[in-house]
Amino acid sequence: MSQPMNITEKILARACGQDEVQAGDFVNARLDLALANDITAPLAIKEFEAAGQTRVWDPEKVVLVCDHFVPNKDIKSAEQVKLVRDFARRQGLTNFFDVGRMGIEHVILPEKGLVVPGDVVIGADSHTCTYGALGAFATGVGSTDLAAGMATGEVWLRVPETIRFNYEGEPRRFITGKDYILYTIGMIGVDGALYQAMEFGGGAIEALSMDGRFTMCNMAIEAGGKNGIVEPDAVTEEYCRGRALRTPVMIRSDRGAGYVRAIDIDVSTIEPQVAKPHLPSNTVPASELAGLKIDQVVIGSCTNGRIEDLRMAAEVLRGHRVHPDVRALVFPGSQLVYQQAMHEGLIDIFIDAEVAVSTPTCGPCLGGHMGILAAGERCVSTTNRNFVGRMGHPESEVYLAGPYVAAATAVAGTVAVPEEVLA
Amino acid sequence: MIFEGKAHKYGRDVDTDVIIPARYLNTHDPDELASHCMQDIDKDFMTRVEPGDIIVAEENFGCGSSREQAPVAIKAAGVSCVVAASFARIFYRNAINIGLPILVCPEAARDVRSGDHLRVDLDKGEVVNLTREKTYQADRFPEFMQEIVAAGGLMQHVKKRQQRG
Repeated sequence: MSQPMNITEKILARACGQDEVQAGDFVNARLDLALANDITAPLAIKEFEAAGQTRVWDPEKVVLVCDHFVPNKDIKSAEQVKLVRDFARRQGLTNFFDVGRMGIEHVILPEKGLVVPGDVVIGADSHTCTYGALGAFATGVGSTDLAAGMATGEVWLRVPETIRFNYEGEPRRFITGKDYILYTIGMIGVDGALYQAMEFGGGAIEALSMDGRFTMCNMAIEAGGKNGIVEPDAVTEEYCRGRALRTPVMIRSDRGAGYVRAIDIDVSTIEPQVAKPHLPSNTVPASELAGLKIDQVVIGSCTNGRIEDLRMAAEVLRGHRVHPDVRALVFPGSQLVYQQAMHEGLIDIFIDAEVAVSTPTCGPCLGGHMGILAAGERCVSTTNRNFVGRMGHPESEVYLAGPYVAAATAVAGTVAVPEEVLA
Repeated sequence: MIFEGKAHKYGRDVDTDVIIPARYLNTHDPDELASHCMQDIDKDFMTRVEPGDIIVAEENFGCGSSREQAPVAIKAAGVSCVVAASFARIFYRNAINIGLPILVCPEAARDVRSGDHLRVDLDKGEVVNLTREKTYQADRFPEFMQEIVAAGGLMQHVKKRQQRG
């Protein structure tokens, strides 16, 4: 009779063909997908070819998404993207996504049904952990690990210990998955879950939409986590219906499964959160920053670039205009999100409010393009990192928040919450 | 493997955006990347660093992005190894995979000052502070990772396994 295992352990056991694994074990896991983008794929391709590898293990399972410095930011970026495109063609990859067909990788992979519950996914991008929201094991790796994955279809992993987070209670109005995860990272710190799995559960998670779950799992890496994960349930099934390209495998934690820690969080006490410069854990309630003047607002990214996030922003911006001293930018996370937002009238709301609306791209999130900050400027952003120089000049500042706070701030010109604007 | 050089000391949470800012990720050339290493927190790093020098840092070194360009920049800058109180997990793997030696040593992280002359013995898991005449004990890599390092990096390890059949 095998020991009870939690969902992360069960997925990894299944992927390495063992009945049972324990935290601390080293395993070779079969990959369901290997992902890279336009800034991580070039190195991976170089390593792959330098090692004499000629064909990827499965051209249907290597996914390359050009999203970071795309539409091509400059000549060097264009050359990197070309390198990736040429490789995708040579290898006959089914899933290569370029301008016009792409979106932000962690928005489109679930949206297109490429990741399904039960999967093991590695991605040469730290926010690969996003897919844990579907009850998959997904983790970020570097380009060389990705090259090895492309060659062998496997990845070596140390099975992580898991921290179980139980979220209970009713959230206040305008409190979102972003507030839950910022609050959590503020509580445990940027290495509070180092090398560990973060399993998010409890009544408040069961009540949270899939978009909200993606937001939470997306930021597991900001606490140092190996992966973030939510057990699949009816919400997951509904999301997969008509969308999943392969049969989902719904795996749940056994009763009595082992956790290194359990943390209980009462969500009814959570206020709208803002992470101040220069760490995602430097969180305070938004009210503490009232009156702080802001120069730019960014709504989008793999954290909050989904349709629900745009709806939240539109709810606040409807009938208002962005403060004259503020530049507001919205980045729908995919073509589908963009089109859906258009059909729902959200793009009209944004443009009427004097918000700039962009084709999908990671853009300013990592200081690439499409909204870089000058010295002394401050941005409230729905992105996931605010380290020094993250969005531009080393003397600029990034404040992380959810779409409601970001939109309210855009109107107010200072850090604000929706109640102030909608009053 | 033994390395000797002067220490460049940093605090905790040295993230990948300061190790190599994203605005330079439109290249994957190691020497170009190296020229911007640590730029946003230490403008003069590249003028001070000499081949063989050692970066010493406190907790959570390399946190943030999965960009392999971070350890690549450090290695191409001439740094022989990084000693830290703890490493962020993706950086840790990346460093091993590209052959940048790293060592977990909270004692050294606490005690070493910039400019100290260090000797690092990777096989023994030991850091000797020649300036302060102290020795610090470090954690050695797990067996599995030692194989990867011994093979010269992950892709070489993969190739070996493929040849074994």
